[in-house]
Amino acid sequence: MQIWINGTEHGLDGAPTVADALSASGAPERGIAVAVDGDVVPRARWAGHELAEGARMEILTAVQGG
Amino acid sequence: MVENEPLVVGGRKFGSRLVMGTGGASNLEILQRALVASGTELTTVAMRRVDVSGGTGLLDLLRRLGIEVLPNTAGCRSAAEAVLTARLAREALETDLVKLEVVADEQTLLPDPIELLDAAEQLVDDGFTVLPYTNDDPVLARKLEQAGCAAVMPLGSPIGTGLGIRNPHNIEMIVDRATVPVVLDAGIGTASEAAQAMELGCDAVLLATAVTRAGNPERMAHAMRLGVEAGLAARGAGRIPRRYWARASSPEREDG
Repeated sequence: MQIWINGTEHGLDGAPTVADALSASGAPERGIAVAVDGDVVPRARWAGHELAEGARMEILTAVQGG
Repeated sequence: MVENEPLVVGGRKFGSRLVMGTGGASNLEILQRALVASGTELTTVAMRRVDVSGGTGLLDLLRRLGIEVLPNTAGCRSAAEAVLTARLAREALETDLVKLEVVADEQTLLPDPIELLDAAEQLVDDGFTVLPYTNDDPVLARKLEQAGCAAVMPLGSPIGTGLGIRNPHNIEMIVDRATVPVVLDAGIGTASEAAQAMELGCDAVLLATAVTRAGNPERMAHAMRLGVEAGLAARGAGRIPRRYWARASSPEREDG
């Protein structure tokens, strides 16, 4: 199925969870946060939160600013 | 306000009254030297999409230097965007501190007061320690305080302009009525302006560009530290009243 990670389309097998999508994305494990379709998904729910077809996932981290 | 008293924001104590931003530094080596020279204990970061080609090492740097992270909501134009960004920052960085920024447009980067107050109310309700970047408007500052913000952070002039404090009287009015810390945020260009902010009664100064884009960021960071300390000391010492005419400081000559 197809989902969007940080604006780029990705094809993932089966019924992927947030955790599956994170490992496919190559994002670091620490210092990040995830939103799916505009809502924060807390770290404790990454392994259980299944992504729907066409889900828009954002992975954010801290960068220089302010 | 006594010189060696710590700055207290939302129950946290900071020995330094200079809050630094990390934006604009050309690399982490230069940023590290500037942060150390500034003596800061609290420093802002922005939240952006992960770059999978390699982390920036910024969080590791701040952790190594023992500096507390203050995530901002830079780039947000609505309350909804800012609230989501703050929640993501809390999740990623495990802090309830947030520098709340909701700007109206890219040309001025001035806060949108309506969206700002809305976001502040939502984030306070959600348990955040909210430090809003606000206009130098005593009315809005008071409303933000009443909404439960842990500090108010009025601008001296627009972000990145280095125009200093354009309306010192407004800053004084904000200070006089505030019961939470007042942090002068944005517009500082050089050390005398950081000192002026403290002389006006601000509790701390937040700056980034003035240091990170200075000819020598490390030396300017040191200068800013001294400016903040000098201004605080002068405020505590009690300046002389302004006079219209001269008043000799030497005794009159007796043969005159």
